[in-house]
Amino acid sequence: MGPIRELYSAGLLVYAVAALAGLTAHFRKTTAPWIAPWLCYTSMAAAALEFSASAGALIAGADFNWSLPSGIPSIQYGVRLDPLSAFFNLSLSILAVCVAVYSVSYLRHGAASRRPGLFCCFFNLHLLSLTLVFTASNVIFFLIAWEMVVVTSYFLVVTDHEAAESRKGGQLYILMSRSGTGLLFIGFLLLASVAGSMEFSALHGSGEKLSPVLGASAFLLLFCGFGVKAGIVPLHIWLPAAHPVAPSNVSALMSGIVIKTGIYGMARVFFDFYGVLPVWAGMMVLVAGVISALLGVLYALMEHDLKRLLAYHSIENIGIILMGFGSALLFRSFGHPQLAALALVAGLFHTVNHGVFKCLLFLGAGSVLQGAGTRNMEEMGGLIRRMPWTALFFLIGSVAISGLPPLNGFVSEWYTYQGLLAGFGATPTLTRMAFPIAGALLALTAALAAACFVKAFGITFLALPRSDHAAGASEAPTTMKTGMAGLAVACVVLGLGATWFIPVFAPVTQRAFGVQITQQLVSANGLLLTVGPVRNGSVSPLILSFALVALLAVPLALWFTLGRKSPRAKGPAWDCGLPGLTSANEFTATAFSKPLRMIFSALFRPRREIQAEFDVSPYYPKAIHFESEIEPTFETHLYEPILAGIQSLAARMRRIQTGSIHAYLAYIFVTLILLLLFGVRE
Amino acid sequence: MIGAAIAIGFQAALVLLLSPLVTGFNRFLKARVQLRRGPGVLQPYRDIFKLLRKGMVIPETASWIFTVTPYLLFVTTLLASLLIPMVSALAPLSLFGGVLAVVYLLALGRFFTALAGLDTGSSFGGLGSSREMTISAIAEPALMLAVFTVAIGAGSTNLSTVALSALGQSWRFLAPSQMLAFAALFIVLIAETGRIPVDNPSTHLELTMIHEAMILEYSGPYLALIEWSAAMKQLVLMMLMVNVFFPFGLSEDWSPLAVLISLAWFLLKLLLLSLAVAIVEVSNAKMRLFRVPELLAVAFVLSALALVSTFLFQA
Repeated sequence: MGPIRELYSAGLLVYAVAALAGLTAHFRKTTAPWIAPWLCYTSMAAAALEFSASAGALIAGADFNWSLPSGIPSIQYGVRLDPLSAFFNLSLSILAVCVAVYSVSYLRHGAASRRPGLFCCFFNLHLLSLTLVFTASNVIFFLIAWEMVVVTSYFLVVTDHEAAESRKGGQLYILMSRSGTGLLFIGFLLLASVAGSMEFSALHGSGEKLSPVLGASAFLLLFCGFGVKAGIVPLHIWLPAAHPVAPSNVSALMSGIVIKTGIYGMARVFFDFYGVLPVWAGMMVLVAGVISALLGVLYALMEHDLKRLLAYHSIENIGIILMGFGSALLFRSFGHPQLAALALVAGLFHTVNHGVFKCLLFLGAGSVLQGAGTRNMEEMGGLIRRMPWTALFFLIGSVAISGLPPLNGFVSEWYTYQGLLAGFGATPTLTRMAFPIAGALLALTAALAAACFVKAFGITFLALPRSDHAAGASEAPTTMKTGMAGLAVACVVLGLGATWFIPVFAPVTQRAFGVQITQQLVSANGLLLTVGPVRNGSVSPLILSFALVALLAVPLALWFTLGRKSPRAKGPAWDCGLPGLTSANEFTATAFSKPLRMIFSALFRPRREIQAEFDVSPYYPKAIHFESEIEPTFETHLYEPILAGIQSLAARMRRIQTGSIHAYLAYIFVTLILLLLFGVRE
Repeated sequence: MIGAAIAIGFQAALVLLLSPLVTGFNRFLKARVQLRRGPGVLQPYRDIFKLLRKGMVIPETASWIFTVTPYLLFVTTLLASLLIPMVSALAPLSLFGGVLAVVYLLALGRFFTALAGLDTGSSFGGLGSSREMTISAIAEPALMLAVFTVAIGAGSTNLSTVALSALGQSWRFLAPSQMLAFAALFIVLIAETGRIPVDNPSTHLELTMIHEAMILEYSGPYLALIEWSAAMKQLVLMMLMVNVFFPFGLSEDWSPLAVLISLAWFLLKLLLLSLAVAIVEVSNAKMRLFRVPELLAVAFVLSALALVSTFLFQA
């Protein structure tokens, strides 16, 4: 069993101490810069403690319950490491270790370097509250931790609060998050009202005890509330606003794990608090997944801000995760626990995989941002020569996120496909048609993601630099490279060694559906990933990689027998007969995605404006001004009307806001009386 | 163990040796239908052999991605071919990856080829990469849906299992779902292998190139590897189509006699499919780039109809 409680509590304690130390250092300007790196190492140590606690809990497969001191007798700060919590806490700690190492030298530059003490304080508090969100065992404590995450991440997002863009992104984030929390409150209260307790253990299966209408309302409220955090379309608009403006190590955490708190909440609600849900619920989750995945990647393709592009890809991957969850719900509704377990494994595995490669990509983007000084891909290029390591790590992340073998993205997408394929045979009537169609759209999503990462990597790192700061970029320092290397290795290990990671999900599916499927998902001494007894199908990323290396003998033999003697020269690339190839000849990010912009013009409604200045003939322009943009559909057609409505309502509410303290005292008094009259029952 | 190694070696050698022939044969057929003499069937072998010994020029702007890509493309395509039944229903490595692995291995090769196109810094490379990734993305749902229809019918994504289940019912291809899925895959084959009306492998006209634009800067041995991979990719997709939909004569094991008979059948089926491709190529004009999505939408609709018909006629 191991000292799991001790390890877990020690981790929390270290986070708390580091946060306090950071705050103290903040007020001693001379101490802060040298203590900040040590505080990052401290967070790394804390994350390592949490890692061992969660891994231990998962291996033991049992629940670990205890309470943290709260000081208030009526409130229990209950903590529980059950398999689901332990799995999410494990994912968090893997990312936290790497991000903490990365932060050591990242904090020397940029906005965070201006207030390193304060940054470390919030950074540690943030990790602390994330740990608590995943492990809180009653509703009140969960919501407190949930709000702590919102507040600490808000402060981290607006680290660079001197910039208006930063403040705006942060504001949108906190507003959306708080609205989401509001929905969660109501949803949880509905569930708690029937369970008669705020404890998660009491809420188990409580969704079924509610009347159908209330049960459905609570489900919808919780789905939307967690959906805001997860970033499902159309609740996603805060992601592309907040992620890019935050410091890159914060964006990495936000995209890697903070949005996964929404996924954790959904998993908790769908598979713990609710028993069998009606078919529409699963279908809704599946459709939300498909829409989020497709729209996420389509909007990502149109971005040439590297970090915004990555933020849109988070929406895409959340969609893929929800496809797994949606199929799991549908399978449970139709009485196929084994298939439900398969689909849940697919969703959860993609959760940790996305965390790892998205974190890696954001850290890579952070190095690029620090090295080249810009987020705009149109000003980059040629960085592979200036930043070879960052380029390699970013390439590994790009291959992984595109779902290409043999890395981790491929494995979880493979399981998602298998779950969807199984759906056709396992569900009745028209429901079955939804599965292959969702599979085809997943294929489209994955292929578009590959196109997008050809663009992201190719335009950023390859060919000639498009600006002076890209030409003068410098490689990231060692600790930043180490942080990225850790995640890149994780991408490879989770891909090639997926068979050894899959058993982690055994206790989770056991708890959710009463079946253990993972033994059947792995065969041939862990070499082969299979779909289990339900369907036939297998893949082995490990063997495929070995085969790739072995087959390399063929082209190498050709090279050594025939090709080696051939003369080889360096020469200029074909420049169309112009005097030399310059960066002006290169393809741009905008041009790269132009065919897709035109094909999907019904969605993007692109607008472009070209102005040419010329003296004599329009065929000899002196300067050309080109502008191109796409319509932000959700912002203009959904949020602007809502915002206008809220503002007009607020204008009317202004009448009761007199500003006089007497009036407010009267309001409080009246509310109190009303509460006493109607709210308090015997 | 030794048997498996022989099977792997045999199929790999067959794919390597046969793929330029398919390309040559296709060109030969096209020339004959157009009443031209055209180059001999063996011309692609001569081209590859010549290129392997020729000198090459590597662009100054290129990085290691440019060097790695030909090798990677070659091995991913070759590996994909080992996952598909060719002369025996038991494909040598079928257990280690089914149809999803085939599609994604080809995608891995394409990913790096597109990167290499951008790596040179020339406008054409980027243009080719952009178009190639666009068209393959649009073709993907049709391809996958058609593949799903077959996989659902056989209850497996494992291509050996699919072929074995198809062997049991040789006339299954007459079922509407199979015919529709085959039609969809045929369109995808045309698009993925860069044939008219989607792309023209024998042109270097700047405005219309897709695949050729991406690899414009390659020369010598690297170009030989890439050309060979393109030929193998064509063979991979054709193998997939003929042996999954028309498994006539496909051996159920690796006994030498059965494999030989199987090979004869395979060549016959390949010949017929090449003929169909050649006829489509000579009787169509190349499409504008922005008409291609419409063609691929047709493929998607066909495969969706295949799925609907599976749904309607399944017991």
